[in-house]
Amino acid sequence: MKDGATRDGYGACLEEIGADPRIVVLDAGVSDSTRSKKFGDKYPDRFFNMGISEGDMVCTAAGLATTGKVAFATSFACFLLGRTMDQTLVSVAYSNTNVKLVGTHSGLAVGEDGPTAQMIVDLAYTRAIPNMTVIQPADYEEAVQATQALVDHVGPAYMRLGRPKVKGIYDSSYKFQIGKGNVVKQGQDVVIFATGGMVQESLEAMKVLEADNINPTLVNISTLKPIDSQLIVEQARRNGAVVTAEDHNIIGGLADAVLEVMSDNDVSVPFRRIGVRDTFAETGSLKELYFKYGLSAQHIENTVRSLLK
Amino acid sequence: MDTAQTVETQVSELRQIAKEIRRKSLEIIHRAGSGHPGGSLSAADIMTALYFGVMRYDSNNPKDPNRDRFVMSKGHATGVFYSVLSRAGYFADEDLVSYRRIDSKLNLSGHPHPKTPGVEIATGSLGQGLSVAHGIALGARLENSDYKVYALMGDGELQEGQVWEAAMSAAKFNTNNLIAIVDFNKVAQDNITKDLKDIEPLEDKWRSFGWDVHRIDGHDMDQVYKALTLPLDNKKPRVIIADTIKGKGVSFMEGKTSWHGVAPSDEDYEKALKELA
Repeated sequence: MKDGATRDGYGACLEEIGADPRIVVLDAGVSDSTRSKKFGDKYPDRFFNMGISEGDMVCTAAGLATTGKVAFATSFACFLLGRTMDQTLVSVAYSNTNVKLVGTHSGLAVGEDGPTAQMIVDLAYTRAIPNMTVIQPADYEEAVQATQALVDHVGPAYMRLGRPKVKGIYDSSYKFQIGKGNVVKQGQDVVIFATGGMVQESLEAMKVLEADNINPTLVNISTLKPIDSQLIVEQARRNGAVVTAEDHNIIGGLADAVLEVMSDNDVSVPFRRIGVRDTFAETGSLKELYFKYGLSAQHIENTVRSLLK
Repeated sequence: MDTAQTVETQVSELRQIAKEIRRKSLEIIHRAGSGHPGGSLSAADIMTALYFGVMRYDSNNPKDPNRDRFVMSKGHATGVFYSVLSRAGYFADEDLVSYRRIDSKLNLSGHPHPKTPGVEIATGSLGQGLSVAHGIALGARLENSDYKVYALMGDGELQEGQVWEAAMSAAKFNTNNLIAIVDFNKVAQDNITKDLKDIEPLEDKWRSFGWDVHRIDGHDMDQVYKALTLPLDNKKPRVIIADTIKGKGVSFMEGKTSWHGVAPSDEDYEKALKELA
């Protein structure tokens, strides 16, 4: 299991599989941070640094995609989605072009740069767009595999990545599949559906809980759309209580995605949401922000305990 | 025939076709009961020249990888766009009956979508088409193909900031197979463009962005044809600023904001057809 940021997994995968002539990569002037530069250094002919103009980048990617390319358009999640809702709707989603939007530095996890850099509404944005596939890998290995999967996937997609290093969860025996959740640990009484860095945060919480003989189930929802409804229904029924955990606003992201599935399938069990509680955060370290805004392992732990009372 | 004569014959044929295209554009907008006649008529000569004198394509093989590409960045001009595509053989004249109608098999929507044969990309939100066209033009380079990419923009559209992002990008990448055409009809939906927000001095703007700039009378077919068939610049992307008249060819529509997005009544339609005979 390799520790590393999901953005590093993305960069490493692109570098490794970049000989595939279908792949083109675009960036909006932050390629060093997003790691798309790794591809750019190796395959300069198929790398387009568009400068700080995300709308232009997304549409240029759409144009390249119409010529048969798999176009990865990369920037920080806050600008990539925040500035291109319209371009993403018209030139990517409605046109159904083979563009993979990759947003790094998502969530409060980005830390000290503050709320203008902390993208907490991108899952809501992208989930609401027809034709759009939405993915958020939980660790380095899953990011590598998700990037590979996106090369073979046809159509618009958004992949949400993080800046900080995350402890490895998966090794190469893991097989990521778009649309499939993964049971990280099968337990009982409560199931935690987590996404992105919150999978690791949940594992931290579970260590403490397990010492008290509390053994929740942990499911990694790395594809938010199309979501693994079958697994969600099965695990919600089997465990009888649900917690969702995401570094995103509690509106429109994983919590709503899981609730939608439960509602559509008449699954009615106790339900708690871990996420940013519809507020802008502030500057601070990841640890401080997660603690202050209710995303820490301790909050997950307490939430699980409260459901078992 | 020598070359000059060939061009002259070509241009005079194009003039005839442009008349037809104007009538067809109004016919389908009138029948649909909604649409954008003004911006279709202003672009009719440019569109005619592109599709019947300039571009390389095979409408029986709409996805031919070596085809020249066209992006209708001013997406509301479907009246003229679909009229031209139909005449070019991408679909039948009868198919135009479904223009702006529900269950349209070819998706002949109010604004273009690639489900329609001959359409590369969906447009309708102004300012995106030049970037898309640039992406397609970069694709030609990667595929070692010599196809050209044309993007038609409105003058009001140039108020969108993204157009200038794309302008900088194409200059950066020396994308010389990208040809932007500005249908400078001076009138936007709300107001005359100059009063809404002036885009002049337009040639200076494009030139300072590193483009090869040409300015023509967009209703003089000779000028339109010649500008569109100029050899490519070695490095620079090209813009052709075509001075046009909104609603050109129908006296009571010319230069009027009120004919931006309104279909003609039966009476106005009859009057217009007489003028376009």
